[in-house]
Amino acid sequence: MADLAIDLAGIRSPNPFWLASAPPTNSGYQVMRAFEAGWGGAVWKTLGEPIVNVTSRFGGLDFKQTKMIGMNNIELITDRPLEDNLREIEQVKRAFPDRAIVASLMEMPERRRWHELVKAVQAVGVDGFELNFGCPHGMSERGMGSAVGQIPDLVAQTTAWVVEVSRVPVIVKLTPNITDVRHTARGAVEGGAHAVSMINTINSLIGVDLDSWKPIPQVDGQSSHGGYCGPAVKPIALNMVAECARDERVGIPISGIGGIASWQDAVEFMLMGATNVQVCTAVMHHGFGIVEDMIDGLNNYLDGRGIASAGDIVGKSVDRMTTWENLNLAYKVVARIDQDVCIHCNKCYIACEDAAHQCIDRVVSSDGRDTVVVDESECVGCNLCAMICPVDCIHMLEVDTGEPSQSWKQRQALAGLETR
Amino acid sequence: MDLERAPRETSLGPSIHAELSELDVLAEANRCLNCYDAPCTRACPTHIDVASFIQKIGTGNLKGSARVIMQANPMGASCARVCPTEDLCEGACVYADDDRPIRIGDLQRYATDWLVKSGVDLFQPGRATGKNIAIVGSGPAGLSATRELRRLGHAVTIFDANPALGGLNTYGIVPFRLPMDVALWEAQQVLKLGVDVHTGVSVGDDVAPSELIARFDAVILACGMGSVPPLGIPGEDLDGVWDALEFIERAKCGDGIRAPGPSVAVIGAGNTAIDALTCAKRLGAPRVTMYYRRGESDMTAYPFEYDFAKHEGVEFRWYCTPIRMLGEGPMVRAVEFVRTAPGRPSGTLARPLPAAIPGSEFVVEAQTVIRATGQSRLSDLIGGFGLAQSHGIVAVDETLRTSHPKVFAAGDCIFAKGSREAMVVEAAEQGKTAAASAHRMLCQAPAAITQSSVAQ
Repeated sequence: MADLAIDLAGIRSPNPFWLASAPPTNSGYQVMRAFEAGWGGAVWKTLGEPIVNVTSRFGGLDFKQTKMIGMNNIELITDRPLEDNLREIEQVKRAFPDRAIVASLMEMPERRRWHELVKAVQAVGVDGFELNFGCPHGMSERGMGSAVGQIPDLVAQTTAWVVEVSRVPVIVKLTPNITDVRHTARGAVEGGAHAVSMINTINSLIGVDLDSWKPIPQVDGQSSHGGYCGPAVKPIALNMVAECARDERVGIPISGIGGIASWQDAVEFMLMGATNVQVCTAVMHHGFGIVEDMIDGLNNYLDGRGIASAGDIVGKSVDRMTTWENLNLAYKVVARIDQDVCIHCNKCYIACEDAAHQCIDRVVSSDGRDTVVVDESECVGCNLCAMICPVDCIHMLEVDTGEPSQSWKQRQALAGLETR
Repeated sequence: MDLERAPRETSLGPSIHAELSELDVLAEANRCLNCYDAPCTRACPTHIDVASFIQKIGTGNLKGSARVIMQANPMGASCARVCPTEDLCEGACVYADDDRPIRIGDLQRYATDWLVKSGVDLFQPGRATGKNIAIVGSGPAGLSATRELRRLGHAVTIFDANPALGGLNTYGIVPFRLPMDVALWEAQQVLKLGVDVHTGVSVGDDVAPSELIARFDAVILACGMGSVPPLGIPGEDLDGVWDALEFIERAKCGDGIRAPGPSVAVIGAGNTAIDALTCAKRLGAPRVTMYYRRGESDMTAYPFEYDFAKHEGVEFRWYCTPIRMLGEGPMVRAVEFVRTAPGRPSGTLARPLPAAIPGSEFVVEAQTVIRATGQSRLSDLIGGFGLAQSHGIVAVDETLRTSHPKVFAAGDCIFAKGSREAMVVEAAEQGKTAAASAHRMLCQAPAAITQSSVAQ
């Protein structure tokens, strides 16, 4: 049994699975249920000046019949009085002292207001703060959320105000709605943040109803851009985590958020530098019970590889991310098709023919069967055929080109040229 | 996945086809891989672009889906119900080896059902060419040829001896497999293109073949086959002895058929025999038995038809052949059979004839006896057109042209008995081919149907 406990900048939890600040952490009742189900921590739905919400609020993105590969929302921060939230936080913490309770906070960018909020909340005994500089909808129009998170100097300033009075670790939650997440992460570090979490939701419009022509979700016939999340955003989040993990000027722990729905997703984020992960959409889809397999699966994965602690995998793949100019141009893989498994759908053929490099041929084999065969001398090793094969019978094989390793950067240097 | 919902009622009990829910259909459509140069399409005699029509179901484009089906196969709604899909598209599906082929027939039925309900007209006649073509017979081959010729702009006159169009689709296939309203709807789609129809007119009896050849620029012979001939044994003229097709037709039309029981004997082991057996069962006969002179492995009915008959409670007796029908007054009351032994392989016969075993006679009670031993050939009619033929099978070249340059033939009248059963889908394709060939002859142009003749 591996040790799944984690320590994110001093915030400890028995496993790396936290609920992200979102509808599932709206109340003490819900967080209590979540902890009973096994969640290691919860970031309470953002506290601040209570707001008024609209209906409807969420939109789902389906792919064919797979429900909710993505979702967006135009719900705002908590709509409940601060004192109610604080009373419930205190109750839950008393019932589950081993779990991490982190309070998400949002305020106008004024030092006095932030001080008052931080002091009021830490008085009930939270394990940390997460500053919501990320919500892209609604609150940003009022100068909060991503309106702060998009300006690194404002991130630094506001973080500094919080750190001035906070007695617990401060996490800054970053918005992906920027060009380079490292700049806002550096702003958080400059302001004294103890950790960063990412990503908050992405600016989005989930769809338009083909019958009514109303955008989705609609509020009395109109809509507004929302925050996008769910499995489809995972690659964006994972890259941002990797970018920050590789950045020496960030250098603080990362809590990974964005499309995480399984222990496998969690392992990927941890390998790319996240100390723990936060989950929302998967719970909105399936309920708190999903954490059971997340814990079980991660444990079995670690045991299977003889790894004693979940913390041991954090950041183990970070060094494998680099810039394109450092990639080895002499490395080659080619596709090979396992004819015994192939079902002859010809999807690899048409993908290569129309969208890649025309290196899969349809030939009749000696026993008279139609087959698809890769012309390995022409194959550029793009992976496309292997990606679309419905029975996974195409494998990418390494080929020794006999050429020494050489990156674009090295190649340009040899030619006496700058790479930038 | 569960496509098994309550099937709709027909005049003879529930359909063998389950009703399909939109969610189940979408799940099945989304399971389709959209193969390139898909084997299902290659396996379809009419070359329906199966992957295309399934993808269109997936995107909610049911009109487009139905168009893909019906453009390739004017009998697309019937074929969705009667095609032996496990031998054709579904058998060729890349998932067939895993015993979970895409349910192409069900999806085709869903798209064509939508078309029937929608009332959308997909096709329009082409610009008039001034050419006149006669079609003899309005079964799948004749209707298919008519549809194609009308889209090409040729005037078409249909002659059919029956009061309604559709041939065996309308009259000869049990309603729980192919309801009459589907067959009639399909005929109606063709008629909407503007066709001169002469029903109740028997070519050969009411109109001379020579007159058709003289009056029309081309003739397409799609007359099918004739009745099931007598077995040539004593007692066959007793009441209660039926030609299977007549029995099915009367039952399908609700045409005063008396309760066929308690014991029914059906002679023969093809798909028509299965239809007659299950039909008799559903008419209320407690005991319905099939008798076949060969063995189980020799039966020509599709395996799924055989399974269906077993499911309906039909019994089977192999290696026996009737030698006499016994009556009580005018009514049949029993059949005497003799057991048979498998015939010796012979160089000249595809399937050796079984031999009777002397002294093995036995009598079974039967108040209804149905002959389903294969239809006769319309040799006289073919002769009336002066066409070359072989034992009633019209001789055609690969363009389906007969020995007469103005006459083409399609459907069961050119069906040479082989290992596989005559199929509606094959007849539909032959109708298309004959139409294209007639068009080529009349216009000396490639028979390409342009997009402009397709309703958008």
